[in-house]
Amino acid sequence: MFAVTTLVAISFTLAGGLVEADIAASLLWIIFFFSAMTGVSRSFVQEEETGTSIGLKMAADPAPVFLGKFLFNAALLLSMAMLVVPLYLLLFNLAVVHVGGFLVTIFLGLVGLASAGTILSAIAAQSAVKGSLLTVLSLPILLPLLITATNATRTALYGGHLAGIMTDIAMLIFYNGTVLAASLLLFEYVWNE
Amino acid sequence: MVNRIEVRGLGKAYHNRWLFRALDLTIADNSVLVVQGPNGAGKTTFLSIMCGLVAASSGGISIVLEGRQLSQGERRRQLGLVSPELKLYDGLSAVENLEFFSTVRGLPFSLPRARELLALVGLGTRGRDFVGNFSSGMKQRLKYATALWHHPHILVLDEPTSHLDEKGAQLVEQIIYEQRGRGIVVLATNEPREVKFGDQAIVLA
Repeated sequence: MFAVTTLVAISFTLAGGLVEADIAASLLWIIFFFSAMTGVSRSFVQEEETGTSIGLKMAADPAPVFLGKFLFNAALLLSMAMLVVPLYLLLFNLAVVHVGGFLVTIFLGLVGLASAGTILSAIAAQSAVKGSLLTVLSLPILLPLLITATNATRTALYGGHLAGIMTDIAMLIFYNGTVLAASLLLFEYVWNE
Repeated sequence: MVNRIEVRGLGKAYHNRWLFRALDLTIADNSVLVVQGPNGAGKTTFLSIMCGLVAASSGGISIVLEGRQLSQGERRRQLGLVSPELKLYDGLSAVENLEFFSTVRGLPFSLPRARELLALVGLGTRGRDFVGNFSSGMKQRLKYATALWHHPHILVLDEPTSHLDEKGAQLVEQIIYEQRGRGIVVLATNEPREVKFGDQAIVLA
């Protein structure tokens, strides 16, 4: 809902005017980022607030809990993208030059948002100042992802060297692999006090 | 003793204030340990350390079954917890909660067993109702069903008769008696009625 509302509001503001490459790509990832912070951040915070985390800790091993939350968050973000991306292209009157690169970037970027967002949610959920901590933690962790994804999206939308996108995609794969591996290793220590 | 719980040099501190320290005891199989103490003494914290939910500041608790010390994952499979801090999923029915926790434990779900447990705890006709509509006493009864689902060797009870009526208290007495026959019970309470269940007691102060 947030994503669609933001898209429509910005579209009306621009009133059909052309959007510059940098702004268009950044807008998309700003929408994805805040949608992730709204949705993904609730993964573990809700379990702590409702008190169901104790039952979960007593019943399940940590790794399956993290993977379950991560997969749900990834599915959530990808489902949101299936609505947001066509609307985004339509409202801003954009045509994608490198379609494959564009789709792979969206996929890898959202998977990265899901994996980083899930572990950050687990960390923030243990704190008394959940919302504030999540915001502070997310910036340094997500900045490399957002910069790379924005760069790749701009190239895919407005043309450019394919090699440039490939480098960014390789970076996104590396980021996702690193964050996921680190999260699986660290989650047990975050989950249990 | 082949099956036992060993507490060695156990201590827990929060913000440089020790709740308790240098606790040493052994809990034998087929026995009940009662943990007593005033509010804030650390009874719930002691149980939480035993369940692996909270880390000890010093020492530790070992659970030995069949002569072998259990890992954290194995410990999880042998413990059942009933606690005021443990909440079930309000958006699911009683049966769905049992199914969820059974699945998460990697155990096959059996509807007849679910019905049997719900009948045992006095919720036989409420299996399909959402837990969010349950009273606090009904939720407490469902916690017992959830804790007993996987036949744990050790039952950990924090304020076991909390929110329960007289019939509920008698049910808890029966559960503790039966669990003592097949394993260990560790309960935290200051209720005189519950204190009498204990074969062994410690007082945290």
